[in-house]
Amino acid sequence: MPKPVLIFGYGNLSRGDDALGPLALAYIEGHADLASVDLLDDFQLQIEHALDLEQRALVLFVDASVNCNGAFAFAELTAAKDDSYTTHAMSPAAVLAVYQTIKHQPPPPCFLLSIKGEHFELGEGLSAEADGHLAEACQFLQRLLADLDVAAWRCLLSP
Amino acid sequence: MYEHLETAENRDSLKRVVVDPVSRVEGHGKVTLLLDADNKVQQARLHIVEFRGFERFIQGRPYWELPVLVQRLCGICPVSHHLAAAKAIDQLVGIDPENLPVSADKLRRLLHFGQVLQSHALHFFHLSSPDLLFGFESDIGKRNIIGVLADYPDIAVQGVKLRKYGQEVIRMVSGKRIHGTGAIPGGMNKALNKAERDYLLADIDQIISWSVQAVALVKKVHCANLPYYDEFATIRSNYLGLIKPDGALELYHGGIRANNAAGEAIMDHVDYCRYNEFIHEEVRSWTYMKFPYLLALGKEAGWYRVGPLARVNNCDFINTPLAEAARLDFKAHSPEAMVHSTLAFHWARLIEALHCAESIKELLHDADLLGGELVAQGEKRYEGIGVIEAPRGTLFHHYQVDENDIVTKANLIVSTTSNNQAMNESVRQVAAEYLSGRELTEPLLNNLEVAIRAYDPCLSCATHAVGKMPLQLELLDAEGRLLDKLVKHSDGGIERV
Repeated sequence: MPKPVLIFGYGNLSRGDDALGPLALAYIEGHADLASVDLLDDFQLQIEHALDLEQRALVLFVDASVNCNGAFAFAELTAAKDDSYTTHAMSPAAVLAVYQTIKHQPPPPCFLLSIKGEHFELGEGLSAEADGHLAEACQFLQRLLADLDVAAWRCLLSP
Repeated sequence: MYEHLETAENRDSLKRVVVDPVSRVEGHGKVTLLLDADNKVQQARLHIVEFRGFERFIQGRPYWELPVLVQRLCGICPVSHHLAAAKAIDQLVGIDPENLPVSADKLRRLLHFGQVLQSHALHFFHLSSPDLLFGFESDIGKRNIIGVLADYPDIAVQGVKLRKYGQEVIRMVSGKRIHGTGAIPGGMNKALNKAERDYLLADIDQIISWSVQAVALVKKVHCANLPYYDEFATIRSNYLGLIKPDGALELYHGGIRANNAAGEAIMDHVDYCRYNEFIHEEVRSWTYMKFPYLLALGKEAGWYRVGPLARVNNCDFINTPLAEAARLDFKAHSPEAMVHSTLAFHWARLIEALHCAESIKELLHDADLLGGELVAQGEKRYEGIGVIEAPRGTLFHHYQVDENDIVTKANLIVSTTSNNQAMNESVRQVAAEYLSGRELTEPLLNNLEVAIRAYDPCLSCATHAVGKMPLQLELLDAEGRLLDKLVKHSDGGIERV
């Protein structure tokens, strides 16, 4: 039986700042009560991850992003058919759309924590900038984990 | 063939069209076309625009880190790199494949079958079925997995679940879907327990049934469109891959077999540790990806294809009954000794997926998976070579280490590199036969991508930062002035700028 909350960090640990998602997950593993939380990591999102959303009350995706304005951004996701349908790596919104299409029901409440990354070369470690962004994001994660509630999370959305 | 389209003579006077990046393939590649004033194609190339530096990533590391580390080379076939590295490292600890403990060998095979099944399912159902079910020049808005889910829901959901099942096999054997540590130097780190085996057995008959249906579907699509499917992007090539000692299809370990376009043997059951003696790689200035060729045939004639089409063409039989029946059907549809249709990659791929599903069932009933000796030890060596048949084709890992167990030299030949010349030939065939002289549009350019996608190329790695992969089509005049430009944004919107 899956736990009600899923936190899904994705990225490649050996691709510079692409490691931000898995590193945030590692932080959670060491700093949070996981009684009601499943952690999942993968290189990238794919169609079968729609099935990981089954029987969840709340889902958080954590990823590196080049498009953040600040150190991180926190947004609620809606299912959307976007261009990522045509790649080996889907967006979280596209995964939600697959869930909706397969299950014929809306997905559970899903959120995305994007952490700003700069450099993504094979063999690189985390950049100094991304390391700072990760620290800020982890502080924010503590706030999310302190109250695993949809309404509470909605109050924390980035402007 | 279409070699004359690799390099045009009067390049400065030609219009240039760029498809960048090629979508629905892994990584970043682009196609450039040079057209004359009548829109006739004078040059066509598939470029790989990212230098991967795999060898540099591996050198300087202790060898025992590699089975985990190399999984990060690729987000879509980490298990293939994991197992190829493990086979090479077995040799570094003095264990040749025939001396690997029986249980470890079977567990690795189960892991590999799970990987190939999930990879083939992803490619066919997610990346290729939109083209095959809706048509290569159909509405771009529909040519995607959601379009398939809407119009063919049963097929699409089966694809998702086949992929998921393969991932579950990987998770049960290696402990995790990714970053698992299933294979270790000289063996495996754990056996399956009964609960894990029974969990996988519960769904395997359904998985086999869906795999049978998938083969029937791809055969129906292919045969309904003859002779177009047999001619589109089709080239006559050599084929290379591993083979069992008795000539059966082999994905994990065997000798090298290479056949020519007529199905005649170029080499057979050759020890892959000697690969340097018969495979060389040519560098060309316009792409980062090398061009491997069989030394005995030379650069011009020695290029070859690897992957499902090569394997199903090359083998004498498949040792699981349903896949063997499908192979016979596949071979019978062609009047030639070898099936050369590039689109037949899809058909061969699903025959292999069925073989994987049948093999998984057979292995799950094997008591050796549940225990026994898992690790063997031998005398340290300073060089190891591991070769497997990855989903996309033959994958070579070759390492040398020093007395401190640090990797001093690494050489990898990945499957897509072996198919480099073939993909370029297919691109040129499509450009010459289907695009030349016509006004270029997105549906027409998708024909180029369809040809490339048939090979299921893995052009890059697992980086995926959001917003980095727009599609651009540019049309320039003879002076290099931009005449037209289409941009497909990451949200799917297409804009003429």
